[in-house]
Amino acid sequence: MSVLVYVETWEGKLKKASYEAASYGARLASRLGTDAYAIVLNASDDASVLGKYGIKKTFSVKGEHFQHFHNYKYVEAIAHVAEQIQAKALVLSGTFTGKMVAPLLAVKINAALITNVVSDPQEVTPLTVKRSAFSNKGFVYYESQSEVNILSILPNALGVSESTGQGEVEEIVHTPETNIEIQIVEIDKVKGKVPLPEAEIVVSAGRGLKSPDNWGMIEELAEALGASTACSKPVSDMHWRPHSEHVGQTGITINPQLYIAIGISGAIQHLAGVSGSKTIVVINSDPEAPFFKAADYGVVGDAFKVVPALTEAIRKFKAQ
Amino acid sequence: MKVLVCISHVPDTTSKINFTNNNTEFDKSGITFIINPYDEFGLTRAIWLQEKQGAHITVINVGTSETEPTLRKALAIGANDAIRIDAEPTDAWFVASQIAAQAKEGGYDLIIGGRESIDYNGSQVPGMVAAMLGVPFVNACVGLEVDGGKATVIREIDGGKEKSIISLPAVIAGQKGLVEESDLRIPNMRGIMQARTKPLKVVAPVESERKTKAVLFEKPASKASVKLVDPDNIEELVRLLHEEAKVI
Ligand SMILES: Cc1cc2nc3c(=O)[nH]c(=O)nc-3n(C[C@H](O)[C@H](O)[C@H](O)COP(=O)(O)OP(=O)(O)OC[C@H]3O[C@@H](n4cnc5c(N)ncnc54)[C@H](O)[C@@H]3O)c2cc1C
Ligand SMILES: Cc1cc2nc3c(=O)[nH]c(=O)nc-3n(C[C@H](O)[C@H](O)[C@H](O)COP(=O)(O)OP(=O)(O)OC[C@H]3O[C@@H](n4cnc5c(N)ncnc54)[C@H](O)[C@@H]3O)c2cc1C
Repeated sequence: MSVLVYVETWEGKLKKASYEAASYGARLASRLGTDAYAIVLNASDDASVLGKYGIKKTFSVKGEHFQHFHNYKYVEAIAHVAEQIQAKALVLSGTFTGKMVAPLLAVKINAALITNVVSDPQEVTPLTVKRSAFSNKGFVYYESQSEVNILSILPNALGVSESTGQGEVEEIVHTPETNIEIQIVEIDKVKGKVPLPEAEIVVSAGRGLKSPDNWGMIEELAEALGASTACSKPVSDMHWRPHSEHVGQTGITINPQLYIAIGISGAIQHLAGVSGSKTIVVINSDPEAPFFKAADYGVVGDAFKVVPALTEAIRKFKAQ
Repeated sequence: MKVLVCISHVPDTTSKINFTNNNTEFDKSGITFIINPYDEFGLTRAIWLQEKQGAHITVINVGTSETEPTLRKALAIGANDAIRIDAEPTDAWFVASQIAAQAKEGGYDLIIGGRESIDYNGSQVPGMVAAMLGVPFVNACVGLEVDGGKATVIREIDGGKEKSIISLPAVIAGQKGLVEESDLRIPNMRGIMQARTKPLKVVAPVESERKTKAVLFEKPASKASVKLVDPDNIEELVRLLHEEAKVI
């Protein structure tokens, strides 16, 4: 018996969300009295760094079949390693890739799949974990009815736990058997930016900014903080900002350490996508804005004055 | 072309969520149920396939008789017929097994579901259906064109989009982008009248195991009230974020 963590890459590099999954897998393995292994596909990074998060050994799968993401091929390789090491628990991160992989993997290895996991297991036999549901408006404890389990971690919900270990890496070859063909025609990626669901700090703005021309100050604040930018739905609907920045019930769900909402009223559908954030700061000129009820810190004031002042203060703080 | 659209019956997006029976059940009292918003985007895209490419649209739900108004609404929007698998949807594996069994029987070219249900947020039923059928699966689908036995699909990936060509039959899990909000249809009187007489077949579930059990529900801890910072003393906010919240 063992634990297997599926480690994702981003342009060949190991993803931050994967360190979180690795840490989770290692903690789970130690509770089960066993070891945690990892599998990574098409990585250019040295996977031995996963040792720091408690991974004993990483199976690194390379080769032409895995150069492009193909959910069925990836699932085959993961299932192959899972079988080899007799994994009873598999851990991955609930990213876009994770969601393409997890349900297929569950069917392939006949496992229970529990997604949106937000805590370490309450119990290990039977496996019982807390997951987020009802679009951030509730939690459900799920008890597994299966011998084999896949846990998909809500990105950023738990963070990493580091130790000092050094992990082994074993390169393996796998030739997938699937005859499902996926012909990738085009990939359109924003270069050099942290993908929004992975960002630790997010600066977000809404209709209160009045015009797309006013986003300069938002980007400056984000840059000072090393943050990603997001927006409310009307802002992306009006094409002030790209759809990929739209957070909320119908957009992306994020759980950063810090979410700064500027000129956003805090409608229930917006909160559904952001209320998992650890700390929420709201900047709004209307003291009655509903968002203040969901905020940790609030500034009642005009964004056009408050935001540049905050950027200045952050820069000063960072310079210290 | 035959298209199967999976419809999840979920609480309205503005619902206040409560639990009952010692927090072991979701409290349905006072809740208005709707077509899962992600499914409505997929349904609307399917209706376009019906109007422009002559597709036949079947909607399916796994649920008890209380979900029928939701299926009737999908019929009023324009689906040709409906199937209700008469069972409490006890977990994603069970639900996917039911849909996969129907899909096998019906010989659909395309199965459209939503990216996730807004109640249990599982993001797993469509992918499981695809794997059970052994056909391509595309999640977070924001673009779909069908041409003969192939589909060109666009899906969201971290920080961007990926366009690919897959062969049919296939399963996609959709969201906004398949169509825009302004394309969504409010059923008109004629649609509502027609929906009453469109076929809604009630089918007994196939034998299937379940793999997870919801044992307890919990509401998020209520936030302590907001700490207000004077806009003229914004350094104080930086200090709080650093020293108290420890997030910068
Ligand atoms: C089914 C459904 C799904 C939805 N999904 C989403 C979703 O995923 N994401 C989402 O965001 N919304 C969603 N919505 C829309 C949501 O209900 C709100 O309409 C939307 O979030 C409002 O956006 P906003 O806060 O930017 O704009 P507004 O509500 O117009 O708020 C603007 C705010 O800016 C403040 N303001 C104005 N001037 C200034 C200034 N100078 N300085 C500081 N503050 C200022 C105002 O006081 C106000 O609070 C959905 C709605 C429905 C029905
Ligand atoms: C009374 C009750 C008890 C429950 N108890 C449990 C439990 O013990 N354990 C557990 O895991 N879950 C339980 N559930 C949740 C239920 O099983 C979910 O409907 C199921 O898990 C699918 O939800 P999801 O969030 O995983 O769907 P997702 O995978 O997020 O849904 C994605 C898409 O799949 C399709 N889809 C989802 N559900 C249906 C459906 N019912 N019919 C047709 N299409 C659908 C839709 O297109 C949807 O957009 C219970 C639900 C009810 C009503």
